[in-house]
Amino acid sequence: MNGLEVVTSWYLVLGALLFIIGGTGLLVRRNPLIMLMCVELMLNGVNLSFIAFADRFGDVHGQTVVLFVLVVAAAEVVVGLGLVVAVLRASPRATADDLSALKG
Amino acid sequence: MVEVAVFAVAAAACLVGAIGVVLSRNPVHAALMLVMTLFGIAVLFVAQQAHFIAAVQVIVYAGAIVVLFLFVIMLLGVDRAAELSMGALPAQRWTAAAFGLGGAAVLIWLVAAVDRLFKGAKSLALETAGLTDAGAGSDPTDYVADVSALARSLFSDYVYAFELTSLLLIVAVIGTVILARRSGYGGSQHNGNASEAAKAETSSEAGQ
Repeated sequence: MNGLEVVTSWYLVLGALLFIIGGTGLLVRRNPLIMLMCVELMLNGVNLSFIAFADRFGDVHGQTVVLFVLVVAAAEVVVGLGLVVAVLRASPRATADDLSALKG
Repeated sequence: MVEVAVFAVAAAACLVGAIGVVLSRNPVHAALMLVMTLFGIAVLFVAQQAHFIAAVQVIVYAGAIVVLFLFVIMLLGVDRAAELSMGALPAQRWTAAAFGLGGAAVLIWLVAAVDRLFKGAKSLALETAGLTDAGAGSDPTDYVADVSALARSLFSDYVYAFELTSLLLIVAVIGTVILARRSGYGGSQHNGNASEAAKAETSSEAGQ
C-alpha cells in the first residue's frame, strides 16, 4: 500500500454530497416525480453513512437501520406516487406550486 | 489499490447519477440516472461487507422503486410528465444555492470532525489492542458473517420495529389502493369516453 487507502471519511463525504445534491434538487425542481426521486437520493446518502459507520465500528446495528430505511422508503414512494397520480389525474398540468391550492 | 479504484468508479457513478437526476429535463432520464446512483451505492455497500444490504438495495430500489417510478411516468405519459418540469423561481434558486453550499460546508466540516475523532480513536485502539488494521475498529473476521448477525439483531433487538414496518407496509398498500380507486371515480370523464368507445365498438361489431 502506498498510503492510499479507502477510509470511512470518504464514504461519509460521498453520503453528505448525495444528501446535499438530493436536497438541492428537491428545492429546485417542481416536477413532483423528480422531487420524489431527490428524496430517494437523500435517503441513499444517509444509508451510505450508516453502512460506513457499521463497517467502521464492526457493528451490525447500522445495517439493521438501513433495512428499516429501505422499507420506509418503499412505503413512502408507494404512497407518494399514488398521491401524484391522483393529483395529476384531477388536474393534469399541476406542479408542486399548484398544490398550494390544497390549502383550501 | 483495487479498493481505491472501486471506490472511485462507484463514487463517480453515484455523483454523476445524482446530478443527472437533478438536472435532466426528461423524467425517464432522471429515473435511469437514479438507477445508476443506486447501483453505485450497492457497489459501495459490497465494498463495506454489507452484502445482504447491497442485494436488498438492488432488489428493492432498482427492482421495485424505480420500476414504480417508470410505471407512473409511462402512465402519465412521458410528454406530459416532461411538461411539468418548469424553471425554478429566482428566489427558489437562491434558496437552493444557499442550502446546497451551506449544507455542504456544514456536512463536510462535520465529517472532518468525525475524521479527527476516528484518528484519535484509532491511535487509542492501536495503543490498547495493538490493532494493525486501519479500517475496522474491531476484529473484521467476526463482522464478515453478517447475515446471521443482521437477522439476530433484526429479530431480537428490533423485533417491535420490524413488526411495525409490516404494519406500515399494509397501511401504505391499503392507502394507495384507496387513492387509486378514488381518482378513478374522479376521472370518470376519461372512463366514460372509454366506455363509450367500447360501446360503440361492440355495437359496430353487432352491426357487422
